[in-house]
Amino acid sequence: MSEQQPTHRPDADEPATAEATTAEEMAADDASAEAASPEDDAGARPVTTGSESVVRALETAGVEHLFGVQGGAIMPVYDALYDSDLSHVTMAHEQGAAHAADAYGIVSGDPGVCLATSGPGATNLVTGLADASLDSDPMIALTGQVPTAMVGSDAFQEADTTGITSPVTKENYFASDADTVGDAVGEAFALADEGRQGPTLVDLPKDVTNGATEQEPAAGSTPETYDPPERAEREAVTAAADAIASAERPVILAGGGVIKAEACDELRQFATEYGIPVVTTMPAVGAFPEDHDLAMEMAGMHGTGYANMAITHCDAMFAVGTRFDDRLTGGVETFAPEAEIVHADIDPAEISKNVHADYPLLGDAGTVIDQVHDALAEERAADMSATGERWTAWREQCRDWKDEYPMDYATPADEPLKPQFVVEAVDAATADDTIVTTGVGQHQMWAVQYWTYTQPRTWVSSHGLGTMGYGLPSAIGARFAADDDQSVVCFDGDGSFLMTLQELAVAVRENLDITVFVLNNEAVGMVRQWQDGFFEGRRMASEYPWIPDFETLAEAFGARGYTINATDDESEVEDVVSEALGYDGPSVVDAHIDPTENVYPMVPSGGANGEFVLAEDQL
Amino acid sequence: MTEGLQGPAPDERPQPSGRRNAQGIRIDPEVAAEPESRRTVLSALVENEPGVLAKISGLVSRRQFNIESLTVGTTTNPETSRVTLVIEEPEPGVRQVEKQLDKVINVISVRELGDDAVRRELVVLKVHGEEPDKVNAVTEMYDGTTLDAGPRTITVQITGDEQKIDDAIDAFRQFGIRELARTGQTALARGEEWTTHAEEERYERVHDT
Ligand SMILES: Cc1ncc(C[n+]2csc(CCOP(=O)(O)OP(=O)(O)O)c2C)c(N)n1
Repeated sequence: MSEQQPTHRPDADEPATAEATTAEEMAADDASAEAASPEDDAGARPVTTGSESVVRALETAGVEHLFGVQGGAIMPVYDALYDSDLSHVTMAHEQGAAHAADAYGIVSGDPGVCLATSGPGATNLVTGLADASLDSDPMIALTGQVPTAMVGSDAFQEADTTGITSPVTKENYFASDADTVGDAVGEAFALADEGRQGPTLVDLPKDVTNGATEQEPAAGSTPETYDPPERAEREAVTAAADAIASAERPVILAGGGVIKAEACDELRQFATEYGIPVVTTMPAVGAFPEDHDLAMEMAGMHGTGYANMAITHCDAMFAVGTRFDDRLTGGVETFAPEAEIVHADIDPAEISKNVHADYPLLGDAGTVIDQVHDALAEERAADMSATGERWTAWREQCRDWKDEYPMDYATPADEPLKPQFVVEAVDAATADDTIVTTGVGQHQMWAVQYWTYTQPRTWVSSHGLGTMGYGLPSAIGARFAADDDQSVVCFDGDGSFLMTLQELAVAVRENLDITVFVLNNEAVGMVRQWQDGFFEGRRMASEYPWIPDFETLAEAFGARGYTINATDDESEVEDVVSEALGYDGPSVVDAHIDPTENVYPMVPSGGANGEFVLAEDQL
Repeated sequence: MTEGLQGPAPDERPQPSGRRNAQGIRIDPEVAAEPESRRTVLSALVENEPGVLAKISGLVSRRQFNIESLTVGTTTNPETSRVTLVIEEPEPGVRQVEKQLDKVINVISVRELGDDAVRRELVVLKVHGEEPDKVNAVTEMYDGTTLDAGPRTITVQITGDEQKIDDAIDAFRQFGIRELARTGQTALARGEEWTTHAEEERYERVHDT
C-alpha cells in the first residue's frame, strides 16, 4: 500500500523555487488556462479545465455563497468563479472564512463553503475546521496546493494540508487529476452533509485546477463504504421503549444532532405527548422551546440548576444526538448515576464512547424518535396503569426545581451594569427568530443563559472547541444564510472580539446588518473567574491593562459605533440597544459591564452536575 | 432589584446514591468493577489508496489506543489491503477502536477475530557466529531457516505464533543477539469463516467476473 501522495519529483527544468508563484509565473499559468468558452447549445458552459469542473460541482450542489481569501495556488479556481453566478465574500482572514462558512452551515443546514490558498491560507483554516469538526457542522473547504510535481519539495507556500487537516475533518481529498477533481468536490460536499455532518476538505494542486478536461462532474454522492444507519432495529426500539415506560423519572436529553437531523418537530411531539421533561446540551439550544412548560433548558457546566438536578436524579434518559461531552457530563462517575441510558445516534462510534449506553439505537434522530414514540404508544396501551397521569409527580419535582433555582442575577443599587441585563434587553428588543452568535467566555454563557431561545438554528456558537474570535465571522456567515427580515446579533467578549475584529471590514464592505454587543469587562473574564475560583485570585495575564475604544474603532472601519457606560441606567441602555439594532448596517456596541460579575451556576470541571455552585463561596 | 441565584447549597441538596465507573457503566456501589484489559486482534479490509495507512495510524495515536502491533499488506484483490491490529484495551476500548476504524471512509469492513484465528508473525534475527552448529540446532528446533551465515554473524528467520517467537528469541539469546526485526502479527479467521464481513462479496466480485 502506497503511503505517498501521488508525487513526481520536479523535473530538472521545472522551477522548484520560490519564484514558482511570482506574478510572472502566475500570469503564465493563467494564460495556459483556456479562456471561458462560449455557452453551448444547452445554455450551460462546457467544462474545459479542472477549475471549471470544481465550480460546476459547487453549482450542481446548490451552493450560493463562498467565503474565502485569494492566493497563488487557488487563483485558477477564483478565475473560474469569475464566470459563475456564485457569490464570493472576500474575508479578512481565512479563519474568518472558515467560521463564516461554519455558521452558514449551522443556520442553513447545508454545507457552507470556504476557500483558501495553499500553505498559510490552508493552515489559517485549521482552527475553523477543528471547530466545525467537534460540533459536527456541515462545511467544505477548498484549498489551493502547489503543483503536483512540487509536492513534497518544501516549495513556496507548500504545507501538507491533507496531513495537517486529517484529524480535524470528516474526510479530506488530495485531487490528483483534472478529470476527477469535480467528482471529488461533489463527493466531499455530499459527505459533509450526509449522516453525521462535518467538515470535509479538497486540496487542489495548481496543475490539476489548471489542467484541461472536458469531464463534467458527476452529481455528488457519498462513497460506497459510507452507509449511515437510517432506522434503528425493531427489537432494540422495543427494549428502549420498555425501559422508558417502566421508569419513574425519565428525561429527554436532546443533543445538537436533533437540530442537524431536522428532528425538532419529532422531539416536541414526543415530549409533549408523553409529558417528559426535556434537557438540552449547548449545541441543542433552540431544539426545544425554552418557554415551554417541559423545558429544563441547558445542562452541564454552566447549565441551569434545574436541568442539572433533572439529569442527576432521572432514572431513565432518552439521549438523542449527543456525544456526552465532558462539559455536559461533568465527572462521568456522577453523570445521571441512576439512569438507564437509551442513546440514539447516527454515529455508531458515539455509542458508549463516554457514557455507557444500556439501550443503543442507531439511526437518524427524527426516525428514531418516531420509532420510540410509536413503540411507547404500544407499550402504554398494553400497560393500562400507564395513563396520562404517569410521571406527574416527576414533572412536579422538575417544576419545583425551576422555582428553587431560577436563573437570576443580583442588581443592587449603585452597582455597575450587569451583562445579563444587556442580554435580556437585546432579547426583549428583537423578534423570536433573531440569530445570536458569540465568542467564547463569560459573555457566551450569559448569552445562552439569559436569552430565551425558541427556535432551532438561532443559536450559533463554538461549543466543542471553544474558539475565541468565533463571534463576528460567524455573524457574517449567519447573515448570508438568514432570511432578509431575520436579525443577526453577536455577543462578544472584549478578548474574543480582539481576535477577529478585522472582519468588520468585510461587514462594512458588504453592508451587512449585524449588531455586535461587546460585553466589555476589560479582561479575559472567564479565565479571571477560574483564577479567582481555583488559583487563589492570582490573575496572571487575564486583565487587560489597556483596551481600545471599540466605538471609535468601529467608526474607523466604517461601521457605526456606540458606547454604554457601566453607570448608565436601564433606560439609557435600552435606548442605545434599540438605536444600534435600528441601524441598517454593521454596528458595534461597546458595553462596559460590571467587571466583577461571574458566571453561575457552575459545575466545577469534572465535578458532579447536581453539585453546581451558585456563588464563589460555594466553590 | 432582584436577588441573584438562590436555592439550597450543594451539600443541602438530595444526592443520588448511584455511581458509574470510568467507562460510564453504572456500578453496584459494593462492587466497583473496572473492566480488565485484554489482548485481541482486529482485522480491517481497507481500500488500497494513498494515505489510508496514515489515516489509520493517526487515528490510533490521537485517540491513545493501546496498539501492540499493526501490519498491512495488499490482498489478492488489487483494490484492497488488509490491516491487522493487535490491541490491548478493556472491552469498551476494543469496541471503540473497532467503531472508530469503521468510520474511516476507506475502511470497507472491520472485525475482531476470535481466539481460534490463525495468527502468525515473523522474526529475522542476527546472532554472533562463533558456534554455528549450536545456532543451527536451535534454528531447526524452531523450524526456522538460515538466511545468511558468515564467519562472524548468522541470520535466521522464524515464523509462528507470538509465543513461539518469544520462546525462540529467548533460546537464541545464549549466542548473543546483535539485532532483530519482528513483523507483528497478521491473521485470518479459521476455516470457512470470512475474516471480515465484506470479504465474501469482494471475493466473488473479483473471482466470478
Ligand atoms: C482561541 C482561544 N484562546 C484562548 C482561549 C481560552 N479562553 C477561554 S475563555 C477566555 C476568556 C475570553 O475572554 P473574553 O472574550 O473577553 O470574554 P469574557 O470571558 O470576558 O466574557 C479565554 C482566554 C480560548 N477559548 N480560545
